[in-house]
Amino acid sequence: MSDDEKRVDESVELPKSQDEVPQAPLEPGVIPPPSMHFASRFDGLSGIIAPLLTTLIAFLMGGLVVALTGKNPIKVYHAIWNGTGLNWFFHIGNHSARIPFSTTHMWFPWDTASISAQNLQQTLLLTSPIILTGLAVAFAFRCGMFNIGGQGQYFAGTIFAVWVGTSFSSLSPWVHIPLVLVIGALAGAAYAGIAGILKATVGAHEVISTIMLNWISIWVGSYLFGQGGPLQGSQASIPISNDIMESAKLPVFWGLKLLQGLSIGIFVAVAMLVVYWILINRTTLGFEVRAVGFNPEAARYGGISVARNYFLAMAISGSFAGLAGAVDITGWEYRIGENDIHANQIGFIGLAAALLGRNTALGVGLASLLFGALINGTSGRQLDPSIFRPELAGNLTTIIQGLVILFVGLNLGGVWVWLKRRRRA
Amino acid sequence: MAEAPLLELRGITKRFPGVLANDNVNFDLRSGEVHALLGENGAGKSTLMNILYGLYTPDDGEILLRGKPIELGSTRAAIEHGIGMVHQHFMLIPVMTVAENIVLATEPRRAGVLLDYDAARKRVRELSERYGLLVDPDARVDRISVGQQQRVEILKALYRGAEILILDEPTAVLTPQEAKELFEILSSLKSQGKSIIFISHKLNEVLEVADRITTLRRGVVVDTIPAAGATEESLARMMVGREVLLRVEKKPGHPGEPLLEVDDLTVIDDRGLETVRGVSFAVRGGEILGLAGVDANGQSELIDAIAGLRPVKSGRIVVDGHDLTHAKAKQALDAGIGHIPEDRHLRGLVLPFTLTENLALHAYRQPPNSKRGFLNLSAMTERARRLLKEFDVRGGTPTTPAAALSGGNQQKVVLAREIDGDPKVLIAAQPTRGLDVGAIEFVHGRLLEQRDAGRAIFLVSLELEEVLSLADRILVIYEGRIVGEFPPTATEEELGFAMTGGGRGEEAVA
Repeated sequence: MSDDEKRVDESVELPKSQDEVPQAPLEPGVIPPPSMHFASRFDGLSGIIAPLLTTLIAFLMGGLVVALTGKNPIKVYHAIWNGTGLNWFFHIGNHSARIPFSTTHMWFPWDTASISAQNLQQTLLLTSPIILTGLAVAFAFRCGMFNIGGQGQYFAGTIFAVWVGTSFSSLSPWVHIPLVLVIGALAGAAYAGIAGILKATVGAHEVISTIMLNWISIWVGSYLFGQGGPLQGSQASIPISNDIMESAKLPVFWGLKLLQGLSIGIFVAVAMLVVYWILINRTTLGFEVRAVGFNPEAARYGGISVARNYFLAMAISGSFAGLAGAVDITGWEYRIGENDIHANQIGFIGLAAALLGRNTALGVGLASLLFGALINGTSGRQLDPSIFRPELAGNLTTIIQGLVILFVGLNLGGVWVWLKRRRRA
Repeated sequence: MAEAPLLELRGITKRFPGVLANDNVNFDLRSGEVHALLGENGAGKSTLMNILYGLYTPDDGEILLRGKPIELGSTRAAIEHGIGMVHQHFMLIPVMTVAENIVLATEPRRAGVLLDYDAARKRVRELSERYGLLVDPDARVDRISVGQQQRVEILKALYRGAEILILDEPTAVLTPQEAKELFEILSSLKSQGKSIIFISHKLNEVLEVADRITTLRRGVVVDTIPAAGATEESLARMMVGREVLLRVEKKPGHPGEPLLEVDDLTVIDDRGLETVRGVSFAVRGGEILGLAGVDANGQSELIDAIAGLRPVKSGRIVVDGHDLTHAKAKQALDAGIGHIPEDRHLRGLVLPFTLTENLALHAYRQPPNSKRGFLNLSAMTERARRLLKEFDVRGGTPTTPAAALSGGNQQKVVLAREIDGDPKVLIAAQPTRGLDVGAIEFVHGRLLEQRDAGRAIFLVSLELEEVLSLADRILVIYEGRIVGEFPPTATEEELGFAMTGGGRGEEAVA
């Protein structure tokens, strides 16, 4: 019977199972509980699949919106892509580039002075603070908390960076820059620490307290930089701070400082991704934070102080966001106005980046690049108005950001695994 | 024997990636019988029943109902063929009433769209009277006991016309009293012609309730035998594949100095009530002190207080001469308290953590597992590898998440961690809850071994049998007070009497 043949065939190839092999080598004949088949598939696939699928669907739906406005989605996306500067990597040729911070030139496969190079600089300038505010969300999340306060902590860093940056007129950059960055990070840490202490002592939910702290920071900033405010600049009629001292500005290593070239802030952000990874995965602090995040009761039983970790995790989260504010001020903004405080959304974009990046270092880095590129690519400055109206294009970013958060909530990975199970069954 | 079976599973094979969950399984169910499916955790019982209920499609084999092959592609098809399943974890909607839950999906309607609640209630009442499954149709499901929720599940299956009932580990969530009532319900269902498949790994239950018993081991049917004439020993041997010590063989202990002393301890619970009231006892090195009692008589709060997880209102806790009355969990650990918690999922393990991380839940602080705040992953992994081998943890490597292990292996991980911490005092709270016979034997053996190594073991269990077979001395707790001390030669009746408050004032045996 053909059925019998089939049985033999299948039993022959059984040990090397078709497409998925359980992660743990099993003893022959030992049957793991069903949870293991499920868990192993789920972890392996949804970890990568879900964010990719989320992004893809968000772009498809964004394209649908574009089509509804009567424009060609492919053209629009192509224009956005060019606006991001990411096309720069694909234009390889014979060029010469100046080695940063020197006068020597050397051969380089890319043109460092092209329009797309300038676009890419802007994308990376935006990516840096998004990485840092993303880490602010991710770190707290690993401790089981949802830090919505990245925006407020970012402002805390911004305010102190402006204050320290505009003070001390005769400091060496070697002192002034680290001072501004450290004070900015500490300001963010202290500000988030308030929510941490409230959570640790009286159990106040961090979502509520960080949202309230956001508003406090916005109006404090508004007062400080507004008309007659203590940090308002020397021009009495304009609600903007003074520029920070030259000694507090981050060196620009690509492009011109005047044209808002790329500062070394991006390296600070990438370094923090590494710091984050090490903290979470390789330190006793990270071990405790993760234990508390997964199961506070088991952590307590293991002799770990849950309250202490709530506070520390919030403070460390806040220091990332505070650093984001300081990096923006020292990297390209140099000053801040009352209007900027009300318009800035970096903290919330960081939230989306952390969700999409699944709170891993690599994920947050890639998701931040995605959002940095999107915001830059759809900005009025980059997008050709004849292809898509930039004021609509800006909303496209918001739409995609919103869809990402929605889909992360839906957990597409779970849906995907479920569908696959159905098909196999 | 002569009549054709109502249901027959022939040559069922089901593979999961890398695993053969069911290997050529034959199983049949006769009309009006209770057929028990016995096997250890992970033996393939649930897989087989999920196939019968249409949740999985078998890779091979066929299912015959009244001699005719049937296709079960979905649970709906299974229900249409009169197969109903009561899952271990109930599938009820807590905020709906009993009647609403029972008629859900096939509810009687008025005007096509409205639920005819009166008709639903009436039908539920009829069913419930007919089968002796007493429930209040108007009660909200989240306000009734677990035992009653199970009845609702059974009624739900009957309402949908089930002739064949599959009960997946039905007693796991029940109190002994509720389990007795369930067995009465089963015999009543049987007498009305229903056929029942009873899945369990508890030997005494299977012997009590089943007509025939089929034993599965590692996906293969070992044998199908009539329950009459079978013994717990013979079933255990079939299930585990070797001789199992159902009774612990224990040499007398050699108690030394008292290592844990509790003096006039009073503890309050989360609601602010005194749940431990003036408890005093001592556990000596090299002895197992058992604490017997009905659930929620202060055992949990007492353990938590000793382990530094709950503040002490008054009294004293001394471990090997050190006062730990107001110690936190970490100080308790450092002072030499090992603690196998009663709920390994809530406390004992961080389920998404790897086995390495779980095994290091206390020891991550000490070198070589960490130095100056940095983890030493290779040392941690090395330690995990050693412990997994030493404690015979199967189905996982150091990088497997704890959630992927079976209950017995998870408990071995907890046991390994607590024993490796070299505690002076080992608190074992319900150390064998939910485990099958093989794992129970292992845990009991290890506890005795630790006793003989000179540790003081404080065993808290709701299973009288466990306390009686392991402990050197037995205390009985009732409403937060120690109401008697017994030798291990005491009978279950004596202990049971004390546990329900009758033992107070009885002469304690010193």
